[in-house]
Amino acid sequence: MNQRAYGRWTDRQKHGLFFTRGLHMDWPLLGGLLILAALGLAVLYSAGGQNIDMIYRQLVRLGIAFGVMMVIAQIAPHHMERWAPWLFGAGLLMLLGVLIFGHVGKGAQRWLDLGLFRFQPSELMKLAVPLMIAWYLSENPLPPSRQAIAITAIVITLPVVLIILQPDLGTSLLIAASGVFALLLAGISWRLVGGMALLGGAITPLGWMFGMHDYQRQRVLTFLNPESDPLGAGYHIIQSKIAIGSGGLYGKGWLNGTQSQLEFLPERHTDFIFAVLAEEFGFFGILLLLAVYLLIIGRGLYIALRAQDTFARLLAGSLTLTFFVYVIVNIGMVSGMLPVVGVPLPLVSYGGTSIVTLMAGFGILMSIHTHRKLLTG
Amino acid sequence: MARIALKDHFRETRLFTNRTIVAVVFILLVTLAIVTRMAYLQIINHKHYTALSQNNRVSIVPVAPTRGLIFDRNGVILAQNLPTYSLDVVQERVKDMEQTLAELGKIIDISARDIERFNKQLAQKRRFQPVPLRFRLNDEEVARLAVNRHRFPGIEIQARLTRDYPQANLTVHAVGYVGRINEKELATITAADNSANYAATTHIGKRGIEKAYESLLHGTVGHQKVETNVLGRTIRVLERVAPAPGKDLIITLDVELQRVAKEALGDNLGVVVAIDPNNGDVLALASKGDYDPNLFVNGIDHKTYQALQTSLEKPFINRALQGQYPPGSTVKPFIGLAGLEHNDIRHNQKIFCRGWYSLGEDSHRYRDWKKQGHGLTDLKKAVAESCDVYFYKLAQKMGIDRIHDFLSPFGFGQRTGIDIAGEATGILPSTQWKRTTRGEPWYLGETLISGIGQGYTLATPLQLAVATATLANRGRTLQPHLLKTVLHPGEQNEPFTPDRPSITIEKHEPRNWKRTIDAMLNVVYGTHGTARGINHQQSYKIAGKTGTAQVFGIAQDAEYIKEDVAKHLRDHALFIAFAPADDPQIAISVVVENGGSGGSVAAPIAGTVIDYYLTGKRP
Repeated sequence: MNQRAYGRWTDRQKHGLFFTRGLHMDWPLLGGLLILAALGLAVLYSAGGQNIDMIYRQLVRLGIAFGVMMVIAQIAPHHMERWAPWLFGAGLLMLLGVLIFGHVGKGAQRWLDLGLFRFQPSELMKLAVPLMIAWYLSENPLPPSRQAIAITAIVITLPVVLIILQPDLGTSLLIAASGVFALLLAGISWRLVGGMALLGGAITPLGWMFGMHDYQRQRVLTFLNPESDPLGAGYHIIQSKIAIGSGGLYGKGWLNGTQSQLEFLPERHTDFIFAVLAEEFGFFGILLLLAVYLLIIGRGLYIALRAQDTFARLLAGSLTLTFFVYVIVNIGMVSGMLPVVGVPLPLVSYGGTSIVTLMAGFGILMSIHTHRKLLTG
Repeated sequence: MARIALKDHFRETRLFTNRTIVAVVFILLVTLAIVTRMAYLQIINHKHYTALSQNNRVSIVPVAPTRGLIFDRNGVILAQNLPTYSLDVVQERVKDMEQTLAELGKIIDISARDIERFNKQLAQKRRFQPVPLRFRLNDEEVARLAVNRHRFPGIEIQARLTRDYPQANLTVHAVGYVGRINEKELATITAADNSANYAATTHIGKRGIEKAYESLLHGTVGHQKVETNVLGRTIRVLERVAPAPGKDLIITLDVELQRVAKEALGDNLGVVVAIDPNNGDVLALASKGDYDPNLFVNGIDHKTYQALQTSLEKPFINRALQGQYPPGSTVKPFIGLAGLEHNDIRHNQKIFCRGWYSLGEDSHRYRDWKKQGHGLTDLKKAVAESCDVYFYKLAQKMGIDRIHDFLSPFGFGQRTGIDIAGEATGILPSTQWKRTTRGEPWYLGETLISGIGQGYTLATPLQLAVATATLANRGRTLQPHLLKTVLHPGEQNEPFTPDRPSITIEKHEPRNWKRTIDAMLNVVYGTHGTARGINHQQSYKIAGKTGTAQVFGIAQDAEYIKEDVAKHLRDHALFIAFAPADDPQIAISVVVENGGSGGSVAAPIAGTVIDYYLTGKRP
């Protein structure tokens, strides 16, 4: 098998039209995502105070996101591989644009006004960074050389710094994670990982002093001791822990969570929706949710393992692990294990562009799994 | 493409597989950590967080009890709770507050003061809480608001119970009034560990019965357990424990008798106190000037309050308890009785009155009110005609301390123990009293004028009525009281129990009491009796005594001519009486401030009141 075979399509892929030859679609992954979305809608209905309009809007958003996923699933991975550097370059330029012309909202500059709609370049980067790194690392033999690691580190750092400057700690964290996961999966030596961790530990105090906004520092301080400011910054975490803890084993029942229905729980339909689920469905509800997430993540890793080339493997692995980071960062912050960084619970939280990006990522996974080269063809 | 040729696909795949296994282990460990954390919160600390969430959502709202009613002895209502309507505004439902207020102002009267108070409260309350804009809407205003209501989202007509005194000025000095709880009262409530019971109460008894029996009238607070949301808005009521309303009270006052008494006083300032000598029931407690207690219930405005406060009529003073007057000649029957009991005089012993009395040849002349003198005078005549010289002599013979000791059990110089606050003690002088209060020795001349109820002697109208009742009772003392019965629905009603036992003054010779009362009958029925003007051949007999108390000392040789003296310096007219003399049902004291002569001004008032009480005949 030579490099030319790389670009050759199978007969099925070359001549088949997807309405005759079938959709490129991974049914187990789609099933898991649909179960998750349904569970999310049920919790959202309760968290939003039985606001049916909110459900409609979320349904439209989910529809668009699933649509995007399906479209992307039809694009063969080698096209993505070709676009990767261009997407990354464009994303980087747009992040600079946001810093210069961006719209300010909630003390953060994240949006680019494109006339008709506002676009969040950091969302694009969630896909562009793993694509770029997977492409770059797969161009060289693995494990990556020191030079390759250094270049990868620059590729990760540039967008992450630009996004921290916006400032959007949550997104920059997720993007950094996606890059680091790609590196780890590529086989970077553990010794280097250990060294980086030590370096990170040394840099953290500097970052605390010079790199963080007041509100971010406050979040960390509040995380460390929420009771210190029960009516201010600590209120979110205290109320959220009350909601989770009072849920008990079986929960208070759907629509019966007092913390959420009586509005003690802030941001209950967005970032803190997990607490609503925990309050109304209890410990068993959480186990169910975690099971669905693990199902999706397991399928993602299976796809990565079964992928036929390094690019696909690294991309699938990185996207899957980043999805897991989404889940643990959100649950961790809502349950008081991690600071509040403003990461939604994927597919459950009510909200905007992140859901589309997320589903686009699953589109890539499906594409990887369904555009298989017939090695024996 | 040489680089690519170096790729070892097998090695890369194995490396990736190894790393994926590490990732799976990582995922499982982190998931386990999350599950452990959830178990910690939801299972181990479940109770703790459940309690916190209960505290979040459930709050206890106290519900004020309904205040007990006050009735007179015949069941006439004296204090009640009337529903009154107020206009409340809910901020969050009003789009443009200024415009709404302006438009409302076109429909009903809204004063600048209303708006000022409204804005002040608006800033303190939550957006969904109603804030009162106008109190005491009349029926027409309620109707007008109801018709226009659709134009004003966010306005509510709220019914609340307001304390109301239908008899207004007539009963104010006995019943008193309630007003908003002030800081001092709040501190008292807190100190008495009563805060919980007053949690929802806005008003408290300030004076009179309302104050004295606050604990009975108030009742016991109830509460509602309500579910509230994060803003404190009530979502639903979970549980309700009804408040126990305050006790209804029947008081001893006869409001019609009170009305007769007050009308009899006419335009004069003064007091009528009537007591049932059999049990101490205060039948009438009419004090003028007076004021409308309803003004105080929802806060009196400054201007009206100032006007009342500075009024020469001194309406806030309850003259029956707080007015201390020289009793004048009304003490004479008591001193006469003292003389008889002490054997200082005999009832038929006569002295000669030449119009004045002096202690030595060139010393001060103590005048009799009758310039030409009464001539030969015994006790009966001395009381009936109010001969001063007789009592100068008797007082001199007895000495001030024996007079003091005899009069003291009648209640002079001490509080009667009536069950409303503010009572003055009066003064019953003695040598010791003068030494301790003034640090001076007693002079004989002071004894003489004490014999006719002048000088240091001061008594409240209530004391006079109580002393008269004691005389009527032939020495049995009593504690006057306004509370008659506490009503306990469905149970035995609870009558007033005096906290001071009734005693009977020890008698040396019972006939002396009869002789004194006979002398008092002569005041009304004798041909020269000073109160003969009220002898209307009644079917019952009135025993009485007139009195005239000097407000203004006149020079030794000058003559008191009523028309020459400014009204507020004129003598006070007094009269004490009881009737029927042989079976006393009512004992009365009347003081008419600056009224002039007791016989012509005070006695007719007493006569009218007694007649109404005993025969039901209105003047």
